[in-house]
Amino acid sequence: MRADLPLNLVLILAAVAALFAACLLGSTPMPVGRVFAAMLGQGSSGDATVIWQIRLPRALAGFLVGAALGASGAALQGLLRNPLAEPGVLGVSACAVLGATFTLYYGLTAISPWALPIGAIIGALIATALIALAAIRTRSVVTLILIGVGLSSFAGAAMSLLMNFAPNPFTLSDMVNWMLGSVSNRSFNEISFAAPFMAAGLAILFFSRRGLSALTLGEEAASGIGLNLKNQRILTVLGAGLATGAAVSLAGAIGFVGIVAPHVIRPLVKYDPARSLVPSALLAGLFLVLADIGVRVAPTQTELKLGVVAAIIGAPAFIWIAMQRRGGHD
Amino acid sequence: MTDLRADNITVTAGAMSLVKGVSFTVGAGEFVAMLGPNGAGKTTLIRAALGLQKPAAGAAFIGGDNAGTLSALKRARRAAYLPQTRPLAWPSRVIDIVALGRFAHGANLGRLSKSDRAAVMTAIEACDLAHLKDRNADTLSGGELARVHCARAFAAGAPLLIADEPVAALDPRHQFSVMDLIKAYVAAGGGALVVLHDIALAAQYADRLIWMKDGRIIADGAPKDTLSEKRLADIYAVKATVTHNTVRIHGAL
Repeated sequence: MRADLPLNLVLILAAVAALFAACLLGSTPMPVGRVFAAMLGQGSSGDATVIWQIRLPRALAGFLVGAALGASGAALQGLLRNPLAEPGVLGVSACAVLGATFTLYYGLTAISPWALPIGAIIGALIATALIALAAIRTRSVVTLILIGVGLSSFAGAAMSLLMNFAPNPFTLSDMVNWMLGSVSNRSFNEISFAAPFMAAGLAILFFSRRGLSALTLGEEAASGIGLNLKNQRILTVLGAGLATGAAVSLAGAIGFVGIVAPHVIRPLVKYDPARSLVPSALLAGLFLVLADIGVRVAPTQTELKLGVVAAIIGAPAFIWIAMQRRGGHD
Repeated sequence: MTDLRADNITVTAGAMSLVKGVSFTVGAGEFVAMLGPNGAGKTTLIRAALGLQKPAAGAAFIGGDNAGTLSALKRARRAAYLPQTRPLAWPSRVIDIVALGRFAHGANLGRLSKSDRAAVMTAIEACDLAHLKDRNADTLSGGELARVHCARAFAAGAPLLIADEPVAALDPRHQFSVMDLIKAYVAAGGGALVVLHDIALAAQYADRLIWMKDGRIIADGAPKDTLSEKRLADIYAVKATVTHNTVRIHGAL
């Protein structure tokens, strides 16, 4: 970490600046002085509401979701030794969305506010575990991605089924919103229900990150140098599942940010998957805060969905990264 | 003293027996080469001996402790293992790959402790990699990469070294340089078990040869006692001339 301190500091400063900018900008821009005053609880009550109830929680939700997806992406890439691994590509996000939608459809969210995050996390954990199991059987990157495609399609089909049976148009539009992914209208209350799971997931990923370096040598040599492979798999799957599930419960499905951020970071940390974890999380968080600012200030009739924008930028990046891969690895 | 002892090991895969009741030992200061045709069960045997594969019967002991119950971390501190395939997932720096050899000692890449750093630099010097230490792995030649993996294994500072075909696909000069490295390691008190396909190289370097065929050890002894024309015909089905420790293979039988 010591070697990466400058990188992490720059990213933290940029993220704080972006979060602040997110409070300034919007349909009615607010000057710096009023934002400061509102943050310190001195401004008008209107300003305070805009900052504390609308802009700050929304920006913070974007940052947390990005950080969770960035860290999960970096960790899964380390575990599977594959730069294309990512919660979205591997179908983990789609399964989390399915889990979340399930709780919406059956009205479990009315019973407890914890139902939605737990539903999303269960979906994410099942998908991550399936991927990790498949990764034990096959060494082929292509096979794993295809399994992810299969999982995504299955989750998509199950979603369609739920939408098919949606009791009323409101439930239907609720579900569609989940699928598209957005952090609009998020409150600190919603963040507080996702945060514990996210924190647990990120902590697990952080404390098990050293094993990801060992996996650079492949599984055989990694266990040779002293890595307990089974534990490493369980911890990474659990951490990524918790973090991704919590992210999805907050924002729905937002793809590709978990692939782009680690890809940018990797050369900066000498391609060490362990060292890439923290800066990838920070950068992915920064990406989403910036993208969400873009979504809010874009002069569109209906607001763009963050997940849509992320995919429009991220999917071409995914294709580009895939094309960079040299043949012969699979 | 840390030694590796395989005790009547049998490994099965489905109905097939890959290794059939095999025993051997490798002690400190011993250079042991394992020879045998493809499919003789060499890799399976050393994996079982390291506790990486569960034997159907028998047991392996590393430094007196059962390899199957030894934790990955403890095992790694006693025996460095160089597998046959060495895929690198990322184009990491040479120094970082070598530093992974210190994993069992708690090393973190990018912030090595003093003792870890010393071990890594010693291994890098020994393998003649000092000028390459900051290069990325994807810019190295096959010979250089093989030395990086050797350095990684040496950096562990383990009393035992188990290497599966460390010189495969290397040109003669690099084959000798890797064998010299292992020889120096043994001279310093280490015990090495090395799977080889080059019989002449094995005879030249090893104190003992373990000859395997069809999942069994056919012979185990010094080159002068176990290397013969008849042995090569038995094990490899080749016609060869053996004079002292030099081997000439003329063709398949």
